[in-house]
Amino acid sequence: MSNLNLPNIERTPGGARVDLVRVAEMVTRGAKVLDVGCGDGELLHLLGETRGVDGRGIELSREGVNKCVAKGLAVIQGDADTDLADYPDDAFDFVILSQTLQATRQPRVVLEHMLRIGRHAIVSFPNFGHWQVRMQLLFAGHMPRTDILPHSWYDTPNIHHCTIKDFRQLCDEVGVKMEKAVALNAWGSPLRFNAPWWFWNLFGEQAVFLLSRTR
Amino acid sequence: MVEASVTSLRDAADAPRDADHPRDSLIATFGADKPLALDAGVELSPFQIAYKTYGTLNAERSNAVLVCHALTGDQHVGNVHPVTGKSGWWETLLGPGKPIDTDRYFVICPNVVGGCMGTTGPASTNPKTGKPWGLDFPVLTIRDMVRAQAMLLDHLGIDTLFAAVGGSMGGMQVLQWAASFPKRVFAALPIACATRHSAQNIAFHEVGRQAIMADPEWRGGRYHLEGTNPRRGLAVARMGAHITYLSDAALHRKFGRKFQDRENPTFSFDADFEVESYLRYQGSSFVERFDANSYLYLTRAMDYFDLAADAGGVLANAFKGAPTRFCVISFTSDWLFPTSESRAIVHALNASSARVSFAEIVTDKGHDAFLLEEPEMFGIVRGFLDGASKARGLR
Repeated sequence: MSNLNLPNIERTPGGARVDLVRVAEMVTRGAKVLDVGCGDGELLHLLGETRGVDGRGIELSREGVNKCVAKGLAVIQGDADTDLADYPDDAFDFVILSQTLQATRQPRVVLEHMLRIGRHAIVSFPNFGHWQVRMQLLFAGHMPRTDILPHSWYDTPNIHHCTIKDFRQLCDEVGVKMEKAVALNAWGSPLRFNAPWWFWNLFGEQAVFLLSRTR
Repeated sequence: MVEASVTSLRDAADAPRDADHPRDSLIATFGADKPLALDAGVELSPFQIAYKTYGTLNAERSNAVLVCHALTGDQHVGNVHPVTGKSGWWETLLGPGKPIDTDRYFVICPNVVGGCMGTTGPASTNPKTGKPWGLDFPVLTIRDMVRAQAMLLDHLGIDTLFAAVGGSMGGMQVLQWAASFPKRVFAALPIACATRHSAQNIAFHEVGRQAIMADPEWRGGRYHLEGTNPRRGLAVARMGAHITYLSDAALHRKFGRKFQDRENPTFSFDADFEVESYLRYQGSSFVERFDANSYLYLTRAMDYFDLAADAGGVLANAFKGAPTRFCVISFTSDWLFPTSESRAIVHALNASSARVSFAEIVTDKGHDAFLLEEPEMFGIVRGFLDGASKARGLR
């Protein structure tokens, strides 16, 4: 599912994907973590190395799963849309959905499950409200294609695009608490912390949210 | 029908000899002071376990890997088989530098209780009568097999297994290990198996058993005493079972509708087709190395296997609080133990918060794929064991 190939995404000097580093920074050391749509295990590996977490993963693509298991990661083949229901309440400290939300069939249900299974959820997604996306649609008149949205409209796994504004609205509707949010510009640097939401929605290429239950 | 003229490498009369005195194997004997308590409510005593080991046990006694064999397998997992002369049944997976690396791990492979390769079973001599047990042998379960293996580990002075690995009936034993002795298994690798035998699988087993019992040479299970051998019945049982180990696609690829050594059909019931000839060969070679009563007992043990039933109907409870890390593997074309069965294991393990990996391998080779050269499976077995050995602090 999130085995999204993102060859052009920014990396740190250490070689880690910047968005994954931002996600990792939100995870408490030694926590129990479920990475939903873990791809080839890059984030799980990073979390193991830098945060010492007890990490598990679910991945839709068979190649991704087999790569992860061969690396010694605890990953199962499964579908975020159907298989999260099988996990018991409070099984994890953090449930992470990295660059996968827009590829799920029922983003709202997935989000609700994440916060049932885990005490915290971390969601990162490409912001469809980014000015480049808007410009492509407005002036070029075609479906936007960017470094983090590289697919054509006919072969994209991303079926539920949303903007930062949309996602905040969903969080309100579901009744989750936004503990932290970071928007990253095209170079992977966080935008000014005190910038207003409309600024993030326009200039953030992707966003990372740390969420928790209200109750 | 199977050719009656097959020259026998081994006669029915030889079976008890092999069952009591296996060739090229180690033997652990358990006397009257160490009976094996069976689920059937009786005790088996005295009894013996025939086993093989590969590699060296480290000073901490922490690198032991138990390999559990399938229905018709035995302890000769990594060496030339003393009866058939064929290479070990998992020699591609196990050995120096292989995924189950005998340079690093101490591998133990016992013949199961009820088997016919040296561990006490229906072909062994009943000490009370001095004659083969036959149907007087108590009916067994997978749990009994595992209990006996735990006694073997005690005998070897091994408290905790680094890993338990097995496919099919071997996978059932691995799951039973994690359920019965969770603290004694650090890592579990059940391959191509299930937590219960399905109705379809019980049905196939029943056909096999009926084929054996319908053979007039079976003599109510007393063939060892009467100097006969139900080879036709056992061969037919094997032929039927063998089909379930393959897949439609694999059979088609291997044989299609090709004729065996002939251009045209003979308009007879001779083995015109290659696939018939192949199955007849599978049947007739099997009877040279396997005991018919043993086949009855082991298939029955698999039929009775149901971990959820043992845990009050809730499968997750079978693994509750298990510290064991699991890696479950299934194959796309396995219709005997389909992926859905492995998913049920994974769901139960997730529900009990166990550390579990699960991979499905794409292959058209059916259930038998677990015994074959499957590079993707090998990579996963190696990666899983490597990861576990780091966590275990093995060098």
